Amino acid sequence: MRSNGLSTNQIMRQVVYALALGIGASYYFFGWGVLLQIILGVITAVVAESVFLLLRKQDVKKTISDGSAILTAVLLAVAIPSIAPWWIIVVGVSFAIIFGKQIYGGLGNNPFNPAMLGYAFLLISYPLQMSTWQVDFLSFGQSLELLFNWTNIDAVSGATRLDAVKTGLSLGNSIDNLQVYSSSQAWINAGFLFGGLYLLLRRIIFWQIPASFIAGIAVTAFLISIGNADAYLPAHNHLILGGTMLGAFFIATDPVSASTTPRGRIIYGFLIGVLIVVIRSFGGYPDAVAFAVLLMNITVPLIDYYTQPRIFGK
Amino acid sequence: MEDYIKIAKNGLWSNNQALVALLGLCPLLAVTNNIVNAIGLGIATTFVLVASNVTISIFRNQIRKEVRIPIFVLLIASFVTIVELLMQSYFYELYLILGIFVPLIVTNCAILGRAEAFASKNTWGKSLLDGLMMGVGFSVVLIVLGAMRELIGSGTLFDQSALLLGSLGDTLSVNVFEDYQGTLLAILPPGAFIGLGLIVALKNFIDLRKS
Repeated sequence: MRSNGLSTNQIMRQVVYALALGIGASYYFFGWGVLLQIILGVITAVVAESVFLLLRKQDVKKTISDGSAILTAVLLAVAIPSIAPWWIIVVGVSFAIIFGKQIYGGLGNNPFNPAMLGYAFLLISYPLQMSTWQVDFLSFGQSLELLFNWTNIDAVSGATRLDAVKTGLSLGNSIDNLQVYSSSQAWINAGFLFGGLYLLLRRIIFWQIPASFIAGIAVTAFLISIGNADAYLPAHNHLILGGTMLGAFFIATDPVSASTTPRGRIIYGFLIGVLIVVIRSFGGYPDAVAFAVLLMNITVPLIDYYTQPRIFGK
Repeated sequence: MEDYIKIAKNGLWSNNQALVALLGLCPLLAVTNNIVNAIGLGIATTFVLVASNVTISIFRNQIRKEVRIPIFVLLIASFVTIVELLMQSYFYELYLILGIFVPLIVTNCAILGRAEAFASKNTWGKSLLDGLMMGVGFSVVLIVLGAMRELIGSGTLFDQSALLLGSLGDTLSVNVFEDYQGTLLAILPPGAFIGLGLIVALKNFIDLRKS
């Protein structure tokens, strides 16, 4: 992200506003679940960050008000299943804040994207809760009840489209016979896309990362499906399923853990896109944004080292 | 006497092989997913440390400097073989669970490190104490890490104690949290790294507080 005169707090606030479109789409299709997760996540983030700042004898009010912990919580809450039990978001956000950020010394020092670290932790630790996704619209009461009483979950849950496609392909079905389009996911992705374009217009994020991220997905998906189109998801489906747009505009663009040079950003975003398609197509997990982002986070120092801009005249 | 107290303190705290030297991490991280495995490997490692330290210090004047490392390794490997055979005959199931990590005690740098740095320069009495204290210090870390990971990972403590203590062990196993579904990460390798990191941090914190 660029500084362009805005304070950290203002930037974080703009990012949260930009997320509203995608969250709105999710609300339209699934109801209150995602909003409840966000509320719970934000409360957890503020509490976890305050406790840790007190232990580290730092200025609590000043650091909380930069909004970065809240943004981490919102991103994680959007990424997890909206019908996950309450402790999933609480444990995930606490892990993201404490082990993703504070343990490295707070905002600016974390090598990994905290929200994605929390997501990967949850996905590996609680596979059942993290792969049970909502399929239909639920009323406020139903969502609230599921949050605290995670029973009869089978009646309202199902596999995501990416999951269903993966299972279908592994059973030997051709992609033509599988349902690969999901209108709810397409609209949610569109919401994040337009929110992201708003951030680009406001010059809060750099264009290189989302552009090369999307190019990476499209090129890789195209290349691996050449000559074998039956067995792989086409590129345009990759773009509107799962967490693609959220990842491209809101997650990979995290200013702390992303590459900081212009050429580096292109390499960084492109390789995330490549990894997403590779993991989705050949890996064990249906979606891959978190793993791809974390893997590329590790390479950022190397990318930055080799892509330093040349000083004119040298 | 002062020497002996210093040796004990070194082994248990200020030069703890796992927390300060950060040696022997491969078995430390691999088998500490519950307390029973940790205790099993801890005892085996301590036995090898004591036996190799004593033997090497007794023969330290006969071992030629040029070939000392191969001889140390040979001696350590012999003791590891003894431990392995003993485990195989008396704790067969535990032996199966620990698997490759019992023979791998040979490559535990902590053992070769003590042979080279201490036993080859000191009398057998001091070497015995050094081996014992280094072994106990290492085992304590193994057990603490094992307890942490077992508690967070599966919500139990001393699960499968029967492997070590026979029928007595069944009474020892505690289910700390009822209805706990487990946190897989704590049992998987990342949990070991995070857990060890936290223990090292705690030790450094205590040291800082003291000074």
